[in-house]
Amino acid sequence: MTKKTHPSPLLDELKSGPWPSFVDGLQRLAEDDDKPNSDMMKDLVGQLEHSYETRKGYWKGGTVSVFGYGGGIIPRFSEVAEKFPESSEFHTLRVQPPAGMHYSTKLLRDMCDIWEEHGSGLIALHGQSGDIMFQGCTTEKVQPAFDELNKIGLDLGGAGPALRTSMSCVGHARCEQSCYDEVRAHREIINGLLDEMHRPALPYKFKFKFSGCPNDCVNAIHRADMAVIGTWRDDMQVDQEKVQEHVAKVGRKQMIDTVVAMCPTRALSLNDDDTLDVDNRSCVRCMHCINVMPKALSPGKDRGVTILMGGKRSLKIGDQMGTVIHPFLKLETDEDFETLVEFTEECIDFFAENALEHERIGETIDRIGLANFLEAMDVPVDPNMVNHPRTSSYVRTDDWDVEAAKWFEHKKAKAAAK
Amino acid sequence: MNNAEMPRRPDEHGVPDPFPYMHPTLRANYGNWDWHERPRPGVLHHVAKSGDEIWTVRAGTQRQMDVGTIRKLCELADEFADGFMRFTTRSNAEFMVTSADKTEPLIEKLNAAGFPVGGTGNSLSMISHTQGWLHCDIPGTDASGVVKSLMDELYHEFTHEEMPNRVRMTTSCCQINCGGQGDIAINVQYTKPPKINHDLVANVCERPAVVARCPVAAIRPAMVNGKPSLEVDEKKCICCGACYPPCPPMQINGPDSTKLAIWVGGKHSNARSKPTFHKLVAANLPNNPPRWPEVADIVKRILYAYKEDGQAWERLGEWIERIGWPRFFEMTDLAFTKHQIDDWRGARSSLNASTHLHF
Repeated sequence: MTKKTHPSPLLDELKSGPWPSFVDGLQRLAEDDDKPNSDMMKDLVGQLEHSYETRKGYWKGGTVSVFGYGGGIIPRFSEVAEKFPESSEFHTLRVQPPAGMHYSTKLLRDMCDIWEEHGSGLIALHGQSGDIMFQGCTTEKVQPAFDELNKIGLDLGGAGPALRTSMSCVGHARCEQSCYDEVRAHREIINGLLDEMHRPALPYKFKFKFSGCPNDCVNAIHRADMAVIGTWRDDMQVDQEKVQEHVAKVGRKQMIDTVVAMCPTRALSLNDDDTLDVDNRSCVRCMHCINVMPKALSPGKDRGVTILMGGKRSLKIGDQMGTVIHPFLKLETDEDFETLVEFTEECIDFFAENALEHERIGETIDRIGLANFLEAMDVPVDPNMVNHPRTSSYVRTDDWDVEAAKWFEHKKAKAAAK
Repeated sequence: MNNAEMPRRPDEHGVPDPFPYMHPTLRANYGNWDWHERPRPGVLHHVAKSGDEIWTVRAGTQRQMDVGTIRKLCELADEFADGFMRFTTRSNAEFMVTSADKTEPLIEKLNAAGFPVGGTGNSLSMISHTQGWLHCDIPGTDASGVVKSLMDELYHEFTHEEMPNRVRMTTSCCQINCGGQGDIAINVQYTKPPKINHDLVANVCERPAVVARCPVAAIRPAMVNGKPSLEVDEKKCICCGACYPPCPPMQINGPDSTKLAIWVGGKHSNARSKPTFHKLVAANLPNNPPRWPEVADIVKRILYAYKEDGQAWERLGEWIERIGWPRFFEMTDLAFTKHQIDDWRGARSSLNASTHLHF
């Protein structure tokens, strides 16, 4: 006998209005009685309506996994299963999308077919960490659903105290501002550390995010334990004719108000012939002028990445942004990529060995002090790592000369390498 | 052993190689793009150094999609975009087409199928989205509903580029703040200490881990009714909910005590100013499904004051930096209370140690 749908007057109010409604989709799945999971979706809509009525959530976690892996499944058991038995198990499979979230329609359709057969038919594109979230699966169906997804080339993402799924911006694939091969960095780093994702054994989560330029479209500084952000260290490229065209189009006042006056380090000046003077040693590569004039201005040619570490959300010491660990790493040759991958492995090892339980790497660095972390990672100190030198005199400096000698030695080595 | 009964071992693919799934023009010009422009809201035009061109049409989605919705997007990608598409970090669908002529017919069909086109340049993009009551185990509210309600009301700002600069809004269903930082953030803010079910604590919770989780050391082990449990010093408790995920019997949510707060001025980009965190401007708003009208009212007040008064390229936080907080509270008719003076670690750096004042 066909199961009846629960009335959902509150959710129904979210069906009106111009923005696409998730409620339409939930109800379509619930009403498609030919599909194996329409009953599950009927009760899911019932439970969600119950949440809207009572203003409370009714899911609890548990333990569900697939053979060979310890993470990647988010178990959800209903606390109101007696009322809504068919959706008593409603687990999510976190699955890593192709880097940059590119899809062929074939891949999307295969995902839909598999999820219609084994799961609820509800897919979130994408979660905040960048996973495809296949939402709504019984415990029994988790393994067959994963097997089918795995056979078409997809793999589970991270959950729990583990390396998490990563995200990279569209970058090289469609953006002229991209300063490194994001796909390559994303895949080489994450795929080199997969064991840490699939078999959770770290003190807490660890997230990487990859942005091609300082516009940081994947929000890496705020959201990643390690942010890999494209930049350059030579002069910005300026096409003076196109600068003049831009000024002719928008007028001098707008050019001065929106470009010259908004430069954070006063590194720009408009010449009398409407060409642009750039003080490149003062430029901090913020991207603003390039964003305003993408035809006339572009990043320099000596490109690489800045690494920032320690970004995280509130728990437990409050929100933190990542701070600079490597001001610049060249990222072009195979060796450059190897150096970066090795650095990430060292960081993960250090995190595994030294972080306290439930401590993010930013909290560890805070606890031991940045200088100690740098020493452990064998990264030389650099004034780019601070807003300004310390203002407190409460520090012991008897080995100042030794440290100063290191600075001058490092400076000499850097000059020799150039 | 019977092989048929052996579970299948996973192929550890890791992050899939995107090249087989990438539009051929993007693949052919990987790393070799020259410049871009925005011919109209919702459309990007990129030109490669090879001279190849691609037009991207960006459409808003509901993020939680049924297979029917995804198949509809696939139909359009097959008809116009050579069978490829991608998604942005804010759940917008992007269709790459090889000629400008294809953009308008694609936009018509997207609109006819109920997908708004926009979210580019100085518009409001889709609100970043968490799970909420649909799937999270600790949510105070429902992200999908809050997002749908707000995007209905702010639809015009998605489909038009009329803001001083881009606007990135976020939602979070608890104070962990999965939604992240935003120009405007709508986040759950608990207002009461956890209600403890002492019968369950000993069996469900690893008590030392829960004690360690509290940011203000307000939790201590205790015997209650002859059972090992935990107790909360309610004078110290800041009602953050950190104890609830590791110990579900410490229920932090209540239908009336779970409130919503609004924060402004978060920014991820390094453009002009350094990245910033959002700041608290309103709290104690009721958790009022299905459309959260009290939240929408304040969000609109903030957004339209910024739209009216912000200068070109100023992000919301940069606008406030210029006009000053007194004028922000005046223009939005919001209250500045003692709760907006920070007292967490590092708070002193948020106090004004100067005579730079706004009158």
